[in-house]
Amino acid sequence: MSNLLDYQQKPLLQQLGWQDWLYAVILLIGAVFAFTKYAHYMDAYEVGFLFGTAMLSSYMGWRWRALAKLVLAVGLVSLIAVSLYQGSLERVSQVFFLKFLIASQSAIMWMNVLFFLAMATYWLALYRRSAFTANVASSLTWVAVFFGFVGLMVRWYESYLIAPEVGHIPVSNLYEVFVLFCLITALLYLHYEQKLNTKQLGGFVLLVINAAVGFILWYTFDREAHGIQPLVPALQSYWMKIHVPANFVGYGAFSLAAMVALAYLLAAKGILASRLPSLDVLDDLMYKAIAVGFAFFTIATILGAMWAAEAWGGYWSWDPKETWALIVWLNYAAWLHLRMVKGLRGPTLAWWSLIGLLITTFAFLGVNMFLSGLHSYGTL
Amino acid sequence: MQNPKLPLIKNLFDLLSSMRFAVSLLSILGVASIIGTVLKQNEPYENYIVKFGQFWFGLFETLGLYDVYHSGWFLVILLFLVISTSFCIYRNTPMMLREWRTFKEHATEKSLHAFSHQATFHQVADTEGAKQKLLGFLAAKGFQYKIRQQADGSELVAAKAGTHQRWGYIFTHVAMVVILFGGLLDGNLPFKIQELLGQKRIETLDIPLSQVPAESRMSTGNPSFRGNMTLPEGASSNVAFIRVRDGYLVQELPFAVALKDFRIEHYATGQPKSFESDLLIIDPALKEPITKTISVNHPLTYKGIAIYQSDFQDGGTELNFNVWNLFSPNNQAQNLTGAIFDKAKLGDGDKALSVEFNDFRKFNIINLSPDGKGKPHNVGPNVTYKLRDNRGQAIEYVTYMQPMQIDGKFYFISGMRETVQDEFRYLRIPADDDLSLQEFMNFRATMLDATQYEKIARKIADSSLDMNKDKTIRTQFETSIVRLLSVFAEGGYNQVARMIEEYVPEAERETSAATYIKMINIAAYEAYNLSLAQQKKPPLGQGTEVEMRLRESLNAFSDMFFYGVPYYLQLEQFEHKEASGLQLTKSPGQKWVYLGSVLLVLGIFAMMYIRERRIWFYLKPSENQVHFAMASNRKNLDFEQEFDLYRNQLTSLIS
Repeated sequence: MSNLLDYQQKPLLQQLGWQDWLYAVILLIGAVFAFTKYAHYMDAYEVGFLFGTAMLSSYMGWRWRALAKLVLAVGLVSLIAVSLYQGSLERVSQVFFLKFLIASQSAIMWMNVLFFLAMATYWLALYRRSAFTANVASSLTWVAVFFGFVGLMVRWYESYLIAPEVGHIPVSNLYEVFVLFCLITALLYLHYEQKLNTKQLGGFVLLVINAAVGFILWYTFDREAHGIQPLVPALQSYWMKIHVPANFVGYGAFSLAAMVALAYLLAAKGILASRLPSLDVLDDLMYKAIAVGFAFFTIATILGAMWAAEAWGGYWSWDPKETWALIVWLNYAAWLHLRMVKGLRGPTLAWWSLIGLLITTFAFLGVNMFLSGLHSYGTL
Repeated sequence: MQNPKLPLIKNLFDLLSSMRFAVSLLSILGVASIIGTVLKQNEPYENYIVKFGQFWFGLFETLGLYDVYHSGWFLVILLFLVISTSFCIYRNTPMMLREWRTFKEHATEKSLHAFSHQATFHQVADTEGAKQKLLGFLAAKGFQYKIRQQADGSELVAAKAGTHQRWGYIFTHVAMVVILFGGLLDGNLPFKIQELLGQKRIETLDIPLSQVPAESRMSTGNPSFRGNMTLPEGASSNVAFIRVRDGYLVQELPFAVALKDFRIEHYATGQPKSFESDLLIIDPALKEPITKTISVNHPLTYKGIAIYQSDFQDGGTELNFNVWNLFSPNNQAQNLTGAIFDKAKLGDGDKALSVEFNDFRKFNIINLSPDGKGKPHNVGPNVTYKLRDNRGQAIEYVTYMQPMQIDGKFYFISGMRETVQDEFRYLRIPADDDLSLQEFMNFRATMLDATQYEKIARKIADSSLDMNKDKTIRTQFETSIVRLLSVFAEGGYNQVARMIEEYVPEAERETSAATYIKMINIAAYEAYNLSLAQQKKPPLGQGTEVEMRLRESLNAFSDMFFYGVPYYLQLEQFEHKEASGLQLTKSPGQKWVYLGSVLLVLGIFAMMYIRERRIWFYLKPSENQVHFAMASNRKNLDFEQEFDLYRNQLTSLIS
């Protein structure tokens, strides 16, 4: 209590303990190691991204300790996986740990399974009002995220094993970005779960994540589209490394907002109301998620425009994907206007953000399915 | 009320600058944008006519739906958005700046008591000491403050934090105007105005560059454009073509671009890995031409004009064909040479056909497995051409150079279609053991050669023992074979079917058809052997292989009557020449758009992540009390939590 009443706030850097510094140093060493080993494959921008990522991960880990643990665990296990490969892709079927646990396909399958279990557990916790079960669900989600990131990291490495010229960051096709989507949405949720100290929303948010998991499974088993494909010339650019992740922070946050909106609408009708956080909290979380999503979606769209100017000869070509990105942007811009300027609250905005998810999904998936254009990297 | 117009103008101003209007505009813009994603934009106009029919085509054209984003009405929406946003900025900026600057130190004690978030601390003995503590508190929380003495000896401390948030409003809205301004700079507004004034018009005819009139040319002074240039290897050009609706404009460039070499590199799997063009920029202002290789994602900018690798096509590949006249009993092929985009002539007189060579593709990745599950692979080059008669009717053909392996056998494949909307229908000719067409062509020539029919008939009669007994039966038999062969030579199985329908009573048709097919097969066997003998090759043996070969040869023979023209063009040799598709853009608005984008991001972060909060302390020494009030322009959970925290901290600080 005395701590809370002491109004003097220390700046972030003075709050850091030795563990925080150690974490940052480990990341920096990792970045320097990667730089010394692979600098000649990278252009100036990519070197910037490398060190930028190290610094950003340090900062985010300082602000959110759990994330720091995740980063270290993912880094460690990915390095183990890399060492188990010994430079040969064949070993994926020979080494036990790779085959059943941490080869990219296996790790992503674990992610799928764990996300499903986490969802079931979150709902069970909600039903039984059990804090312990909710903690288990939360842990399952963390482990799912861990496996997902290991899967992507190992996939990145595997792509270079196919051939050095084929290697690329795994954000280049629908399969890969769906995994990314699951991870980012889950991380955003976990962040708010910790911040708001409420685990009741997990079941809702994991609904949308599990929808993506379903897609990944269908895409893997029915379409066999999980293989690593070389990049078409248009995608061979450092821009992909920032444009795509920024976009998916946007998509993830919008999806999170829509799921919170769903909880809000149910609670407003008295369904599950006693088990869910108060409407004010839900409303606030919905706003925060859309605010984050909007900021990142704006950045992503601008980065996309800059990339388009370099690849297609114009920053804006009214390509269907671009146009739908604009529509999504306009939609949330209107949402924010009404809330921030008019002070609108309540079910209207909740319905709107739920419907917003349909628009976002169409922009993300429908455009690839139904419309053709320059963004035809992920056809179904 | 002297000027009755004023309220109207004011009302209009209020409407245009209102948020309701702005949000409506955003919605309209969103919906209008959807049109262009559903209806494929900038297609050739014939496609739209075929899709919608003449009536709807005309209506949609009037509405500008084939290029929505450059249509007049779409630009008007954007213009209104600029106006609305500008008015909004004009109307709200002074208030925003005031809010940004002010400490609101004129608040009265009474008004502070009316706040929803407030608290009074009583029994503060040492108000001066408390004041110092409070100022320390404000500083620690990042508040700036101003102190105002009141008439009754009280003091008001007015503090603010996060008022930079107000800049967020200004930045985001100015950003919109700047981005739209940049976009308008890069639009084709100058051309649109000139077109309205009748100074410029688009050219819709496919005519040589030198004949394009001045009114369809844009000078080098054109501030912004996005054009295309197709350069064959070894060629150069100093104009780009701008596609507008169903026509084009010629954009003159202040320099010439030459293509030295174009390269496509492939991954091991066959997918393209890179497209590269070695360019030469030739400018009189330069002592030496600039040499630069461009590729996708790596354009070259010179004199404000950016040159992009956009696509590629054939650059006039030279072709050498063997041409067979399918309906002549001649098995010799003639030679024909040509090049892509060139024309050639086949035949003479009224029946002469003009050949238009349209495209050559060196690699064709096709999935030939019957269930579609096998791996696609390269089946080699093909050539697309049109054969046009003297009435202008044309049939389009696509012919593959090498035989394709289907179910373990090799076939020469050539597709034909009469209109672009049709699917290609394929003629499939079995390849011989040397993987050539010659054996089929020999067989075909024999089948068409009426002088050979008697010989064939005699051979069949010889090998059939019963026939030798009776001379009249034998003669009858031979005559019927000769007749059957000449009918078959006139139109294949179809012609035979027609003959049956004409002469055979309905009840007997099925049996006689079976007999005829059997006889044709037997005759074809003899004809095949005859053609082989002419080439001094051993005759066919027996077995399913041979039956299959015969059946397929007969099918191909029969199908060639549906091939549309009497010529089969077989590509023998080619000299591949590629052309690089470049895109050239001049985009003066780009820097404005980027500037606007930076403002937009700064603005959004300022608006959403800087929280404006105000605190007032009303220190009343006379009553030993301090009144605390707090306000924010946005009421949300964070603010509630912060207020509670501050109240508790202040209580422990000064009580």
